[in-house]
Amino acid sequence: MSTSALQLRSRFRAVTDHTVTVLAILATILVIVPLAVIFAELVYKGASSLDWNFFTKVPAPEGESGGGMANAIMGSAVLLGLASVIGVPIGIGSGVYLAEFGRGTKLANAVRFTADVLNGVPSIVMGLTAYALIVAPHIGFLPFLGHYSAFSGGVALGIMMIPTVCRSTEEMLLMVPHAVREAALGLGVPNWRSVLSITVKTASPGIITGCMLAFARVAGETAPLLFTALGNQFLSTSLNQPIAALPLQIYNYANSPYEDQQRMAWAGALVLIVLIVLAVSLVRYVTSRGVLKGNS
Amino acid sequence: MDSTLPEIRIHQPQTEPAPEPEPAVTAAAAPEQSAIRRYLLARGNSAVADRLFKVLMLLCALSIFVIVALIAYQLIDKSQLIWAQSGLKFFYTAVKDPVTGQPQYWDPVNGNFSAIPFVYGTLVSSFLALLFAVPLAIGVAVFLTEMCPGFLRGPLAFLTELLAAIPSIIYGLWAVFVLVPLLRVHVNPVLYRGLGWTGLFTDDNPTGLGYFASGIILAIMILPIISSLTREVMSAVPHSQREAVLALGATRWEMVRMGVLRNARIGIVGAIILGLGRALGETMAVTMVIGNTPEVHKSLLANGASMASVIANEFAEATSDLHRSALVEIGLALFVVTIIVNAIAQLLVWAVTRGTPSQAH
Repeated sequence: MSTSALQLRSRFRAVTDHTVTVLAILATILVIVPLAVIFAELVYKGASSLDWNFFTKVPAPEGESGGGMANAIMGSAVLLGLASVIGVPIGIGSGVYLAEFGRGTKLANAVRFTADVLNGVPSIVMGLTAYALIVAPHIGFLPFLGHYSAFSGGVALGIMMIPTVCRSTEEMLLMVPHAVREAALGLGVPNWRSVLSITVKTASPGIITGCMLAFARVAGETAPLLFTALGNQFLSTSLNQPIAALPLQIYNYANSPYEDQQRMAWAGALVLIVLIVLAVSLVRYVTSRGVLKGNS
Repeated sequence: MDSTLPEIRIHQPQTEPAPEPEPAVTAAAAPEQSAIRRYLLARGNSAVADRLFKVLMLLCALSIFVIVALIAYQLIDKSQLIWAQSGLKFFYTAVKDPVTGQPQYWDPVNGNFSAIPFVYGTLVSSFLALLFAVPLAIGVAVFLTEMCPGFLRGPLAFLTELLAAIPSIIYGLWAVFVLVPLLRVHVNPVLYRGLGWTGLFTDDNPTGLGYFASGIILAIMILPIISSLTREVMSAVPHSQREAVLALGATRWEMVRMGVLRNARIGIVGAIILGLGRALGETMAVTMVIGNTPEVHKSLLANGASMASVIANEFAEATSDLHRSALVEIGLALFVVTIIVNAIAQLLVWAVTRGTPSQAH
């Protein structure tokens, strides 16, 4: 009697085990499927409208066919350049502080925590802040203030890069063995020199890919640009003017009734995703290979 | 320092018979200061440069605090107008139309503003997203850490990572052109027919947009975040825990449930809350599929609006200072809520991944 009950119970346990395994596999498939579908859709719809014109021409007037997104690509380049100029040095600097000077201190923990929290702040809030900081105030003698401009969009994106760059720099620096630092200091190299040309240089492949990841992330950001860079139908490189951006243009075209503009949106999305896949793969490659192998 | 140096000098000649420069240095060190010291002094004092460098790095680190403070200050400053007019009531009351008795939530023309429909829309879509995403994410994490054959683990983890890096605008584009038509034609009618009696599904919205669509796209977007964090937390559980449970004769699922999930549960809750934080603040994809009507509907298939979507939609074309101020106030609420949610989540995840998991219960 008791043995059969035991058998029943162990049968039940085995069945539960198998069910859960199947469910977990199903869940994984369900997660991978949207990714595959999105990629297939992007390549299918985007590749057909990607041609030379896409990269060299500005948009055709509404309803007409032809034209490209040269203005948006140029705009994204300007915005991302400005964002990198702001975000990368400050991000690397704070990462260096966390890894080299503040290790284990309360201040460093607070900075790390704030950076992680800042990373989770919605990008639309960054846009509001950049608007309030740069677009709203009118101060006569200062440039860039008081109107929509590429400058305000770049600042918003640059601020968003800081926490990502900071945390990845710190992580990469922590992977550099202590012996390397000690060797440098033992030779009488001043600390700042040892940090810059020994530690940071050793970790530089990792730091660069970290920056690329942050770059790819903000490259796809739309919300902070909606009321800072605003968008522009014409080719512009001026920091003082509204400027187009790839994600902004995709957003405008996605809501468009014209087939041609919708095709442009897909093509733009394909360009964006290729950039991002490249960055993520590179990060994966560098981190899995280990930071140090390349240099030492 | 001085007491240890001679010892080293004694030992070195034994291992290396004739080090040429070494004796020269020691000989010169005897009369005055050491040669190294003189050499360093001749090169100039690096103390100033070192201190400067440290201060510079410190300033970079402190800039993160400055940014958070700046965001808070600007949002508070720019929402003064609406705060002076309605205070906290902005979030829970609305002006009623004198004729019809219907609440007028958002009426920029007459200057009536209330955040109710947006708070409602954000909560409903985020809740739906968690409902769909959490079981799937935990399933994926369990599969990847405990069951997956080794050769699949790397590529699958990479794919979920990739899913997290796709920008929200691309999810939105996909949702508008693929997901919404699919829902409109195939899913929504079925939901209405099968579950219409609950009152949560009605067929008065022919667009396919609405809370339900935004819930699904949000679920797809937060899934990789939750699952990769859950995976991290689960791999932080020491192997001895798994081995102990297995040694008692448990099946694999029992091992996962008792040995891993129970130890990691605080971190998993943290991961879920972090996903919630992302869902609350997600802007573009939601803006593109939620329908953007400032109303409150019980039906999940109805059009609505979320806090982020109304800012994205209306801020650039805001009609008055009061309107703009009301939108900034919504942004401030979003900022405060996501800060709190993220802080809680971060603490929970840290509690598991850096502390000892066995103390978690």
